[in-house]
Amino acid sequence: MSEVRFTQEHEWVRLDGDEATVGITKYAAEKLGDVVFVELPEPGRKVGAGGEIAVVESVKAASDVYSPLSGEVTAANAALVDNPAQVNEDPEGASWFFKLKLADKGELAKLMTAAQYEEFVKGL
Amino acid sequence: MTMNNQGRPTAPGTIEANELATISGDRGLDHEEPLIFDLGRDGMTGVDLPDVQLSETRLGGQRRKGPVGLPGLSEPEVIRHYVRLSRMNYAIDAGLYPLGSCTMKHNPRLNEKMARLPGFGDLHPLSPQSATQGALALISQLMKWLTTLTGMPAVAMSPKAGAHGELCGLLAIRAAIEARGETRKRILVPESAHGTNPATAAFAGFTIDEVKGTADGRVDMIELEGKLGPDVAAIMLTNPNTCGLFERDIRHMADATHKAGAYFYCDGANFNAIAGRVRPGDLGIDAMHINLHKTFSTPHGGGGPGAGPVVLSAALAPFAPLPLLVHDANGFRLIEDRDALPKGARPFGRMSAFHGQMGMFVRALAYMLSHGRDGVRQASEDAVLSANYILASLKDVMSAPFGDGPCMHEALFDDSFLAGTGVTTLDFAKAMIDEGYHPMTMYFPLVVHGAMLIEPTESESKESLDRFVHVLRELALEAKAGKMARFEGAPRLSPRRRLDETAAARKPVLRWRKKELPQAAE
Amino acid sequence: MRYHPLTPADRARMLAKIGAGSVDELFRDVPQSAVVPLSAFDLPDGQGEIEVERALSRLAAKNAAAGAGPSFLGAGAYRHHVPAAVDHLIQRSEFLTSYTPYQPEIAQGTLQYMFEFQTQVALLTGMEVANASLYDGSTATAEAVLMAQRVTRRPKAILSGGLHPHYAETVETVAALSGEVVRAPVTPGRSEDLASLIDDKTACVVVQSPDVFGLIRDIGAVAAAAHAKGALLIAVVTEVVSLGLLEAPGFLGADIVACEGQSLGNGLNFGGPYVGLFATREKFLRQMPGRLTGETADAAGKRGYVLTLSTREQHIRREKATSNICTNSGLCCLAFTIHLSLLGEEGLARLARLNHARASALADTLSRIPGVSLVTASFFNEFTLKLPKPAAGVVDALAAKGILAGVPASRLMPHDPTARDLLIVAATETTTDEDAAAFAAALKEALS
Repeated sequence: MSEVRFTQEHEWVRLDGDEATVGITKYAAEKLGDVVFVELPEPGRKVGAGGEIAVVESVKAASDVYSPLSGEVTAANAALVDNPAQVNEDPEGASWFFKLKLADKGELAKLMTAAQYEEFVKGL
Repeated sequence: MTMNNQGRPTAPGTIEANELATISGDRGLDHEEPLIFDLGRDGMTGVDLPDVQLSETRLGGQRRKGPVGLPGLSEPEVIRHYVRLSRMNYAIDAGLYPLGSCTMKHNPRLNEKMARLPGFGDLHPLSPQSATQGALALISQLMKWLTTLTGMPAVAMSPKAGAHGELCGLLAIRAAIEARGETRKRILVPESAHGTNPATAAFAGFTIDEVKGTADGRVDMIELEGKLGPDVAAIMLTNPNTCGLFERDIRHMADATHKAGAYFYCDGANFNAIAGRVRPGDLGIDAMHINLHKTFSTPHGGGGPGAGPVVLSAALAPFAPLPLLVHDANGFRLIEDRDALPKGARPFGRMSAFHGQMGMFVRALAYMLSHGRDGVRQASEDAVLSANYILASLKDVMSAPFGDGPCMHEALFDDSFLAGTGVTTLDFAKAMIDEGYHPMTMYFPLVVHGAMLIEPTESESKESLDRFVHVLRELALEAKAGKMARFEGAPRLSPRRRLDETAAARKPVLRWRKKELPQAAE
Repeated sequence: MRYHPLTPADRARMLAKIGAGSVDELFRDVPQSAVVPLSAFDLPDGQGEIEVERALSRLAAKNAAAGAGPSFLGAGAYRHHVPAAVDHLIQRSEFLTSYTPYQPEIAQGTLQYMFEFQTQVALLTGMEVANASLYDGSTATAEAVLMAQRVTRRPKAILSGGLHPHYAETVETVAALSGEVVRAPVTPGRSEDLASLIDDKTACVVVQSPDVFGLIRDIGAVAAAAHAKGALLIAVVTEVVSLGLLEAPGFLGADIVACEGQSLGNGLNFGGPYVGLFATREKFLRQMPGRLTGETADAAGKRGYVLTLSTREQHIRREKATSNICTNSGLCCLAFTIHLSLLGEEGLARLARLNHARASALADTLSRIPGVSLVTASFFNEFTLKLPKPAAGVVDALAAKGILAGVPASRLMPHDPTARDLLIVAATETTTDEDAAAFAAALKEALS
């Protein structure tokens, strides 16, 4: 059973074994408006927890996406490059941004559960 | 991820047309106009030039093999094309442009006439200097106006726009620091700053450290002082600031900055508020660019050209870029050669080819001579008076976050007054278009929500201001009363309805391309 | 004051509405000590139109306008005939006094001509995409170098010795911040070896053609050498009319093209305002600086244009922007596009042929003068002569006779001994046979 965790920066991460899949939350996608472009990291790139790893652009804004966990990028979702609109359609499913091989699974515990994230968003 | 709260609808959806369509597609004086590429015909031209054949060429084997692909039109067709395009534009000549931080004042036509005198317009930049003494004298006169109005000892004339001037100022600061043998990489920028400030700082190789504002819309001086240190190269402030307010503590901030060994860069975009009354040099600045296309009336031209000369303190003056203008017994001279510099000069480099935006210098000097020091002061007073008149006339129906005190030359509103109405700043602005007004500056500065920044300038009559105030009042009242008709789907009466910016960004089409002819069916 | 519509009665009523006793009260946030009286400014009071016109006309009269006599000045700015329709159209209120098209519904005029301009620049340069203009050719070249550094993630820029020295200095001023700039030696009229300077730290090689001496360079060969090492080729063109006769840099392997557009639609104006053209390949689009217009549709389904891909720019990306530029050259860009629309394919081709023919004939005439030799075997409308004595003095002597004889190379390269005797001469469609004859006669006399 793969668990999904959330950051205060509105990223979600789902762990399957050693590999984590990362995307942005529905809340974030809605706030951004129409997504027009996504800049994804290249496989092989190493990143620390909280490091800038991707950019998602709407017409009027460019928002940095931070990696929830430390690790090495293993894949980026090429479908988003051809069809950035997909991010608005299914941000927490098919529109994942990248996959990470984790450096330290222990970091996961620091992130919010789905319920905790829901509470967090309510307070915004 | 950073939650950039600028997300707002950029794809308008579709609406039905419900008026009787014309046969031509045009409506009265409003004409639809195709692209020039769709109008052209092979072999047609709008100029009469002799057709010389080249018998032998010395083109190094680089002669063009294929056509460029340009359309050909006669002169009447070209004129009609551009006249029709022009009629789709709003312009200051046609109406008030309340754009905060842009200073859309009247563009005097005398300035255009003077810039076109052959002695200026038809003058080559590399003419022998003895043949350009009038031009150099003009630049010198303009330098005198700029340094005198700002109370600064020197000015660099070559930057081609405000942002270019910011770069010039920061490069001078960088050179001054290096000359002291120090390394300072950080620049302090208020969160309310115009985007060019951090962009320029990054361009010049610095890192940016943002300083928050206070509840009364000014830079937080305590936080600023706390952030100063031996690694800070400069602070970049705008005064009056982007909320339209004078930074009361500016001299204190300048002193603290200098004490920390840093420099004070001032963004001069809002100089119109204080020109002829306050000299930024007296406030302790080290460098300030002046937008000649704002304060000094050179035309905005649909996006340019501008000019951004930078006044410099004694500490920075030695590092002014090439070329330098000197005046001695032999007359005026441009110094372009690093090995022939006047004593003490250590230019950091060159900002661009040649000597600066001479065409804009002529226009700006014509403005200054027409106004005089008394007219410049009157302009700033009328600009401030008009902005305060608008603030006083609207703050009861619209929300002014800093409306308790006077503003300078621009009045800032936010979208609190629209809360719960379903009308956004964007909708409000688009409804203004239907009323015959260009919208005010929207969503800037970023420090208030749904900002609306209004700068009327001194060029509006009281009747014009009253009409503008009346329209905004009525729109605000209708929004608050839940009357959505004017806002939904606005604008309705302009040459185009709201445009799909989302599609334009997702699948950019940035040029016309020749269509391949379809194969004829068999 | 004729530009200020408010009357004293208006001001009084406005102050009453505001609830202030005087305008001074509105400035109460300004420290009293910072407010200075009018007398503190050592500047004249305002003058009427008659006086201002007289004063500025006097200054204008002290300059030798290029049209007043034979003029052969070039080296980055060229005297061409601008059809009367151009200046008339750019002075229409809706073009002259409009703002940047941030509200596209009421700025379709500006946006459409920008779209047409972007297309024209792409066609001229043989590139896939172009922006809506930068300040001028020199800053466009600097922006191209910075872009190449970003795209390749390499620090070094190699500048051809034929690059206009002002352009090279401009590049050095900004590119040295983020990397290294190497200037190849100046070799007037001769080919240079750039390939040996290119290594795996090279982001780009910058080649101007025709170069500052007028020589037409082999862009293709340099492009191949650059690409072999993973570097980009930046082609610089300071005389845009040359693209009416010479092969487009895009078809020769250029990755970025930076041009000065002044020759079309824009007068000499003592060096500015000019208009920088910038074009590149589609794959580098998001690294391209400057304003961009894109095609789209409005809510009623009509075709329209908007500023697009703004996330590259300063007002959104702030410190991560591709550049800090906040303008394009607006009206100069309009003048360029109108002039080119008037010329069309046929007109541009004729204009270019005419320029080359005039320059060719002039080069022959002048190189027949004893002691004078032609240094540039190939050229478009500008060539370089070697004189038997320093060119600067000769130019001054001819200027005293009302002839602007060209740019002495020493003006641009004051410390290069090989430049001292070189004279850079330009001819355009405005050069008459009488001009050429007067020049030849005066030059012969000055050299005898």
